[in-house]
Amino acid sequence: MSDSTEEVRAYTVRLELVDEPGELLRALEPIASNGGNLLSIFHERGNVTPRGHIPVEVDLEATPDRFEGIVDALREAGINVIQAGAERYSEALTIVLSGHLVNTDLSDTLSHIQESTSATVTDLSLSAPEGTEDASSARIRLATEEGAVEEALAAVREVAAEKDLRLIEPLTVGGDV
Amino acid sequence: MRLAVLGAGAVGGSVVELAGDYGHTVTAFADSQSAVVDADGIEADGALERKRRDGIVGDADPEDALTANYDVLVEATPTTLGDAQPGFGHVETALGMDRHVVLANKGPVAERFAEVRELEADSEGTVLFEATVGGAMPVLSTIDDFDPEHISAVRGVLNGTANFILSRMSAEGLDYEHVLAEAQDLGVAEADPTFDVDGTDAALKGVIVANVLAEDGEEYTLEDADVEGIQDITGSALELAQEDGQTVRLIAEVTDGAVRVGPRLVPEHAALAPTGTRNIVQLETDHAGRLNISGRGAGGPETASAVLADVGRLE
Repeated sequence: MSDSTEEVRAYTVRLELVDEPGELLRALEPIASNGGNLLSIFHERGNVTPRGHIPVEVDLEATPDRFEGIVDALREAGINVIQAGAERYSEALTIVLSGHLVNTDLSDTLSHIQESTSATVTDLSLSAPEGTEDASSARIRLATEEGAVEEALAAVREVAAEKDLRLIEPLTVGGDV
Repeated sequence: MRLAVLGAGAVGGSVVELAGDYGHTVTAFADSQSAVVDADGIEADGALERKRRDGIVGDADPEDALTANYDVLVEATPTTLGDAQPGFGHVETALGMDRHVVLANKGPVAERFAEVRELEADSEGTVLFEATVGGAMPVLSTIDDFDPEHISAVRGVLNGTANFILSRMSAEGLDYEHVLAEAQDLGVAEADPTFDVDGTDAALKGVIVANVLAEDGEEYTLEDADVEGIQDITGSALELAQEDGQTVRLIAEVTDGAVRVGPRLVPEHAALAPTGTRNIVQLETDHAGRLNISGRGAGGPETASAVLADVGRLE
């Protein structure tokens, strides 16, 4: 892995905006003018915080250096930055599940995994050589918050045990040498 | 050194055959039914030939071998679980007579480690067991050289049969049953491969390592290990792993006082993904990073060479 600070990464910034016209535009301006590339904006209009603010989640891409500048500029502009975790999803892990995946409702298995951990499923490959009625396998890539790999694995183990699926875990250390 | 060799299987037989090469004399040799004892050194070829031809090594009683004149008892009878008998009893008798013991049998140090250590403390004899972990590879002596206190984790591929099956399934896209049958034809897997494929053999080795690493004298047995086998690994699971640049290996892990054995995803070209029957052990050292030891983890002459290395350490 490279330590280069020039590498562009994805970030999620959670802001709380005052419910006034022009606030959203004012919040986005420091991102664009500091070299951030806006990916998506999730404006939870109907969801007001206890302090009467509107939560907004912004996904953007930037180099780590520029991202720091963006957060500083937002705060200077008086925007309330609630969460600017370096990267929200910073660790990836891959698992393989085998068994009666389709019969035990694969999408339910996946949402189980997502609900019980902070992990999110970012990639899925399914192999069902004997057709979907028979045993099949799935390779699932999960993204988790930094340091949450063990917690995510524990949740996957539980779902696998519950549905009688064979789980092949990654060797999280030592496999890279 | 004068050796009494108990067990006339692949390992015991090879020790008897090779002992002379290492400058030692075998004064007693026994299988479960028979024995041959000669204070001046038994006739190795004759005893081995008789074992092949008639299924016995000589006309004496196995008990005679245990109480014969020797400096080192080589315990190479089959590994048994639970009370680890009769191996444990042999260790007890030899230490009681202040003789050294070299084990190839995993049972006594995997199931009754603390008792073996107690018996050793009361005896003039020393117990060594390099051959119990990783066949020819110097795993335990390397751990001993580094000092167990400065090793934080040990992980590796410790069963050649399981590794052969997984690497062949992966390379050829064949299913488990097919490759197992092939491994049996090649003599890589035994007629009853249960302990190899269900993880028990690798777990016993992991438990022995855990006992050696335990700082506070805590004792581990097979029951303390979390063990999964490879019997239900499917070809499609391996294929999916491969598409992602990974593969599956039966990995034994000893970390923070826990022993865990199970199939794990590892990068295809990682050190921990050897092919065929090759074994590898990776030591995580405090001051020297990772240290990999790889080689042949089983086989008569291979394991006998580890036994004879232990005998050499006792001189």
